[in-house]
Amino acid sequence: MGRILSEYGIYLLEALGKTLLLALLGLFFGCIIGVVFGLLSVVKSKVCNWISLVYVNIIRGIPMIVLALFVYIGVPYAFKNFFGTRVMLTSLAAGTICLAVNCGAYMSEIIRAGIQAIDPGQMEAARSLGLPYWKSMFRVVLPQAIKNMVPSIVNQFIITLKDTSILSVIGFPELVNKGQNIIARTFMSFQTWIIVGVMYLFVILVLQWVAKMLERRLNRGR
Amino acid sequence: MADNRNVKIHVENLQKSFGKHKVLTGITTDIHEGEVVVVIGPSGGGKSTFLRCINRLEEISSGTVIVDGYDVSSKKTDINKMRENVGMVFQHFNLFANLNVLGNLMLAPTELKKANKQEAKEEALKMLDMVGLLEKAEAFPHQLSGGQKQRVAIARALCMHPDIMLFDEPTSALDPEMVGEVLAVMKELAKKGMTMVVVTHEMGFARDVADRVLFIADGIIVEEGTPEQIFQNPQNQRTIDFLNCVL
Repeated sequence: MGRILSEYGIYLLEALGKTLLLALLGLFFGCIIGVVFGLLSVVKSKVCNWISLVYVNIIRGIPMIVLALFVYIGVPYAFKNFFGTRVMLTSLAAGTICLAVNCGAYMSEIIRAGIQAIDPGQMEAARSLGLPYWKSMFRVVLPQAIKNMVPSIVNQFIITLKDTSILSVIGFPELVNKGQNIIARTFMSFQTWIIVGVMYLFVILVLQWVAKMLERRLNRGR
Repeated sequence: MADNRNVKIHVENLQKSFGKHKVLTGITTDIHEGEVVVVIGPSGGGKSTFLRCINRLEEISSGTVIVDGYDVSSKKTDINKMRENVGMVFQHFNLFANLNVLGNLMLAPTELKKANKQEAKEEALKMLDMVGLLEKAEAFPHQLSGGQKQRVAIARALCMHPDIMLFDEPTSALDPEMVGEVLAVMKELAKKGMTMVVVTHEMGFARDVADRVLFIADGIIVEEGTPEQIFQNPQNQRTIDFLNCVL
């Protein structure tokens, strides 16, 4: 284990950096997608609700590994057959798309449930004062909903962070991918996977600690 | 009944269905400026639905409702403008849980540019004083008793300076000892000449404060009249049965 750490330590830290970069990109765009589709699922419009429902159900119904291979290999292949030109997505771009689309679907559900859990009387009271729908949503309903959503959102962050490992299959140089490289050279799979596992665990423990702090601060007003 | 006063709320053949279930089957009435109308009747008879149709918290199925010159039954009407003029108080208070008392009172006036922060705050404090809760300005809703919450809710509605106030069973969710303090505030309002529509089970309030009592059952106004007429000399058998149960 000492040999791997001394020879490949920097190499693994670099991979951890890539993992975090991919996770952050995926979470950032995932949150945006999640908010948009989450709101689409609660507004009083059948069409909007339906769009959100279809998106969420398709993404939830497909394993991310399938999505990743489709985006990274399937789509460029079809593109070449169709238009004759070769368009390659980098593995970072393809990975970000998959992660964001996947995370977005689950976030959308968290946001929908969070909003629907708020007493409809809150919205009615705001509307009865003459406040428009979106003002009522942003000033009254969402602030309360977000507070309740924090634990689920943190949970989703952790899942998305771990999901980056799936993107090793499209060659993105994150922890699992690099770990496999190390094993190919050293044949020390037991030690390598322990080190990789501990690295994930460490990051997630830090994330959880930050989340606890945040939650405590949000609940101070109550 | 003062029929020479301005009509504030004009309701004509108002009907409302939830799916196949017809809740209001044809309500017609005029409510005049400064009038206090108390709506009584059995649960499920359509009292609250009637009230909620007035500011379109419920979509109207058919008929005409005109409030302060705004045609509530028309989809083209700017419903938010109309609601600024019509305060509503709910059975379950519905104070904004994320804001303190002052925040609750100041949100709508500042967001809707009725007042700047300073003016809104002064106004809010004045209203809080009126309902006797000045010392609770910084409190959060969960720190208040039911009666206090409801008085804050009334103050919140008044901060928009409405011409009309709608009360949807304002004392039904209160402990008995807190009913009085809320009714006192409502009486005060009535005395000041506010146009009020009050759905309630407080027959005492109806008797003391109402200019007119509507008895609504099965989606129609079964009987209406002054409190004396309704309580001492009801004509309709349905009204008589109801009053026998509650009095």
